[in-house]
Amino acid sequence: MEFILQIYSDEKRWQAQTNEEAQQMHGAYTAYSKALVDSGAMVGGNRLEPAATATTVRVTSDGKTEVLDGPFADTKEQLAGYYLIDVPDLDAAISWAARCPGASYGTIEVRPIAEVPAAV
Amino acid sequence: MTGDPGARVAAERAARESYGKLLAYLAARSGDVYAAEDALADAFAAALERWPVDGVPRVPEAWLLVTARNRLTDRTRRVRRADLLHERLGRAAREAQRTFDRAGELDDERLGLMFACAHPAIPREIHAPLILQSVLGLDAARIASAFLVAPATMGQRLVRAKRKIAAAHIPLRVPADDELPARLDAVLVAVYATFAEGWGDPSGYDPRARGLTLEALWLGRLIVAASSEPEATGLLALMLHADARAAARRDGSGAYVPLDEQDASRWDAAAIAEAETLLHRAARAGRIGRFQLEAAIQSAHAVRRFGREPDRHAIVALYDELLRLTASPVVALNRAVAIGRLAGARAGLDALAGVASDARLRDYQPYWAARADLHARAGEALEAREAYAHAIGLCIDPSVRAYLAARSALTDA
Repeated sequence: MEFILQIYSDEKRWQAQTNEEAQQMHGAYTAYSKALVDSGAMVGGNRLEPAATATTVRVTSDGKTEVLDGPFADTKEQLAGYYLIDVPDLDAAISWAARCPGASYGTIEVRPIAEVPAAV
Repeated sequence: MTGDPGARVAAERAARESYGKLLAYLAARSGDVYAAEDALADAFAAALERWPVDGVPRVPEAWLLVTARNRLTDRTRRVRRADLLHERLGRAAREAQRTFDRAGELDDERLGLMFACAHPAIPREIHAPLILQSVLGLDAARIASAFLVAPATMGQRLVRAKRKIAAAHIPLRVPADDELPARLDAVLVAVYATFAEGWGDPSGYDPRARGLTLEALWLGRLIVAASSEPEATGLLALMLHADARAAARRDGSGAYVPLDEQDASRWDAAAIAEAETLLHRAARAGRIGRFQLEAAIQSAHAVRRFGREPDRHAIVALYDELLRLTASPVVALNRAVAIGRLAGARAGLDALAGVASDARLRDYQPYWAARADLHARAGEALEAREAYAHAIGLCIDPSVRAYLAARSALTDA
């Protein structure tokens, strides 16, 4: 089963890191990604640019397109990245979420990928 | 309702001290943990409502028990279950009343409840959570966090297990003597799993996990008070030895400190002394087992508290015996580490080679950390760094992660 691990963290804290802290965090993520690959769970994943770089787009009911600066929701913790993993069940996904370095500094939201029925 | 704080305190104290006892009593007589739990929850809710108005009853436990029993009877009447259950409950109520009249004390049936929770008909992985909920009254969300399972899933598993106890007529009692040692093992394993969940989080990083080690110690004492089985005593000794070191697993700045580098003067000498007494008592029975061996290994390390060096030969010999008994890859790993300490990193690595291919260790962080350390000590920087990277990638605790990263950086030099 595929799950997405969405990493939410406080960008302000992230940006206030010292060089050394940033390096250690980078190392931790590299090691974590490698552990996912080695165990065969990794499907994919990416770090995102800060939420300030986000643009939201929607088309209103009268057909007007609205383009706004900034993220969809202005929250204390922002979506910072994600992993897509393939594991047998939710418990396995939770244990990988706990190992994610981001879990120690923010929150990991674990959600199953919806299974789309095959097209007829 | 603002309520009388005295009444609330009394209800909370009753909940903390008597929940397991009351549940065990009700469940043993109705055969249904699930229904007993519902009834008891209702009784506590009623207490919070009534006690501030009517005053705290003289024997709060008796009030709760009678109220819960009435709810149980209502419930069974509603669902029209067999008359048998009515009769059992009626008998339970009369018995309970007599017990209170006599001594104001409740027979302790929590051990019987623990045996039902760790029954072979109940899936092994739910034994410890079920004991935590039934005997200690922990809620599903907290148990789920400790065992890294989704709260909804944990809730479902607990409900299913409790239904099974009722449906399969699993007895809520301590098994007969001839059956006891085999059945006791599952109970001890569940208690140890509870302890390990709390302990696996080094040095009480998460206060909830730290709570679990205390709960496990409490359960261990409950078992030892009721049974003289040497393995039960051994388990309590083992947990006390480990817990004695709780404060030393972090330094002043909160950084992780591995066993060999811990400041032994920070180990709890009283806990060590109690563990030693228990271990000697267990050994007198002349029936060695897994928990006694593990406690003996902890005991060998504990001599550092009194300024002596651990006997590395003895530790390896104990691991040999433990490995023979359990065939566990984790024991094999710890044995390799012990050999590394005794005979050098090369010998440790050779011992480790025997379990390196075990799939159960592939995602086991301590395996990679131990391997990295042995490679580093053997002067194999490349292999060490690779293993450190593996260990860091599998780490949950940020302070252990930081420790491993620092060690990895040192091997560059």
